[in-house]
Amino acid sequence: MSERIKPIVMPKWGLSMSEGKVTGWLKRPGSKVAVGDEIVEVETDKIAGVVEAGDAGTLRRVIGEPDTVYPVKALIGVIADDDVPDAEIDAYVAAYATGAAADGGEDEAAPRYDFVETPAGRLRYARRGDGPHTIILIHGFGGDLDNWLFNIDALAEAGTVHALDLPGHGQSDKTVKEPGLDGLSAALVGFMDALGIESAHLVGHSMGGAVAARTALNHPGRVRSLTLIGSAGLGEEINSGYTEGFIAASSRRDLKPVLEHLFHNPATVTRQLVDDLLKYKRLDGVDDALRALGGALFAGGRQSAVLADALKAATTPVLVIWGESDAVIPAAHAEALGDRAKAEVIGEAGHMVQMEKANRVNELVRGHIET
Amino acid sequence: MARKISYKQAINEALDLEMRRDPTVILLGEDIVGGSGAPGEMDAWGGVLGVTKGLYAKHGNRLMDTPLSESAYIGAAIGAAACGMRPVAELMFLDFMGVCFDQILNQAAKFKYMFGGKAKTPVVIRAMVGAGFRAAAQHSQMLTPLFTHIPGLKVVCPSNAYDAKGLLIQSIRDDDPVIFCEHKNLYGLETDVPAESYAIPFGEANVVREGKDVTIVSYGLTVHRALAAAETLARTGIQAEVIDLRTLSPIDWDTVIESVEATGRLVVVDEAHPRCSIACDVAAYVAQNAFGALKAAPQMVTAPHTPVPFSPVLEDLYIPSADAIAAAVGKTVPHARAA
Repeated sequence: MSERIKPIVMPKWGLSMSEGKVTGWLKRPGSKVAVGDEIVEVETDKIAGVVEAGDAGTLRRVIGEPDTVYPVKALIGVIADDDVPDAEIDAYVAAYATGAAADGGEDEAAPRYDFVETPAGRLRYARRGDGPHTIILIHGFGGDLDNWLFNIDALAEAGTVHALDLPGHGQSDKTVKEPGLDGLSAALVGFMDALGIESAHLVGHSMGGAVAARTALNHPGRVRSLTLIGSAGLGEEINSGYTEGFIAASSRRDLKPVLEHLFHNPATVTRQLVDDLLKYKRLDGVDDALRALGGALFAGGRQSAVLADALKAATTPVLVIWGESDAVIPAAHAEALGDRAKAEVIGEAGHMVQMEKANRVNELVRGHIET
Repeated sequence: MARKISYKQAINEALDLEMRRDPTVILLGEDIVGGSGAPGEMDAWGGVLGVTKGLYAKHGNRLMDTPLSESAYIGAAIGAAACGMRPVAELMFLDFMGVCFDQILNQAAKFKYMFGGKAKTPVVIRAMVGAGFRAAAQHSQMLTPLFTHIPGLKVVCPSNAYDAKGLLIQSIRDDDPVIFCEHKNLYGLETDVPAESYAIPFGEANVVREGKDVTIVSYGLTVHRALAAAETLARTGIQAEVIDLRTLSPIDWDTVIESVEATGRLVVVDEAHPRCSIACDVAAYVAQNAFGALKAAPQMVTAPHTPVPFSPVLEDLYIPSADAIAAAVGKTVPHARAA
């Protein structure tokens, strides 16, 4: 058994994922792959995504058959150098199957989520990892902590990661006591207080980016760094067709085209993704919460709070990440902080760049936090 | 969301949450407390199958055990609704509608129209429907088409616990009379249900399985039979889309038409008798409005035009089976091997 043989396995995207379907291979057997190359397309009941190579080498075996469902961690391919003999790879594949069966279900016992009482209400969060850096992930408008399903485990390798549901979102209390950036920032600080987090690296997406930025400005001592992903608060423009469409949609037929604005590849929007969001939107209080936040933050299709100048004057280290084809907040806002921030605009990604280009985003965030 | 509860518990929870939220919500019905006034009432059975169990202990006199007179208490519920309450009356078995039909047909359904839109009648009539419970001909019928025929009534028939809770909450909040049909053979079925309140809007069908080859439309128990048929068909290479109508009045024509336009084939499954059924209604609407999209004649799979048999063997044959649904799909797909 050689360490030069690397497995490609069915990934686990989020805690509820137990299996996934291989929908197509993007590399042929025998082709060279580099780290980060897109290798195989996988679809779960929640979302469609791409598995990227974690190792460089040659794609020696394609095991996962298209349109076939495999459990999480099942071996679906093998990467190895050209000089590894075929027999060794066959032995590896044969042995792998037994190994995977033996350790199945190891993390099933771990609780998926916790709840904490804060002045802003009862908030749900997920906690992963136990490293020295404390990282908090803050989702955007209408989102929840599952927006980080491709990021939370990767970032947990760098530190202790908390992903929360903001008030009015996910499974947190649906009453938003102060629907504005200051109120959401106060809710975040209350969350940090309740969990005893003195300071943290804040990673915010969209509206969550503006919440993170507001927090860095209001409480600079509690924010070690900012990562702003497709963030609000860096310019006035925002696609009101998305924000208003999201608030108004009450059926699958209305919501699906709205959600397609979020992704570079609209096929990412699966039936389950739409259904899950509809289930969220139907909960009592959510409609009021979204309307209140929408009114406070982007009434009339303009963002009411632009924090770019204030951030330029502050000293918190800032990383800005954007999807090039972001149809919700224009990628041009990535330049709003000029030399004050590191900025990267990622191609073939939309507003949900942390999902569509998870490996690159995780790499950038880790690099930012660890320096 | 990870919490699973049964269809029966979901209905109980919807009633409890709405009674907490709105003091005008009251419950009436035969034995819904189960011996009120007698010792042990706090822990009484709560309806023939225990759907309302525990609610008396939480809400006391807002639940009323009524005399065995459907015409009286359904009439009382409708009158109370016209006077500003939001009563939920339990008719026990929908088969008992005959005794109180004037109150439903000529009173509740007509108030809004006859009073120029100024009267509202926010009453919910809950009742068990459907066969398979060995309850014989007078307690097993799927009489949904009798109610969809009447303008002024809304008719709801959920297939799972999530929908049961959200649709019952919507029914209680709705300002029109709603006939809420609970399939007694689904009471034990568990699905993920949020603990919070939520309302599912009427007239929104649910696409429970996507497929490109044939559209299977159903509601209630037979949605599960349709899904089983779709699973079998998938093994023969036929991808069936399964639509759960959820509400029969109003009905979501757009979702049905959109699906048939994509698949070109329609099979409607209805536990009601074949004549003038939901199956006929859907097949006729599609034939009239999407004729150009159809590649084959629409097929209907229904119960036969007979009373529900008491013989267990015959009763099992009476309800549309997954095999019958797969065979009907076979009639719409050339060269398909019916499973």
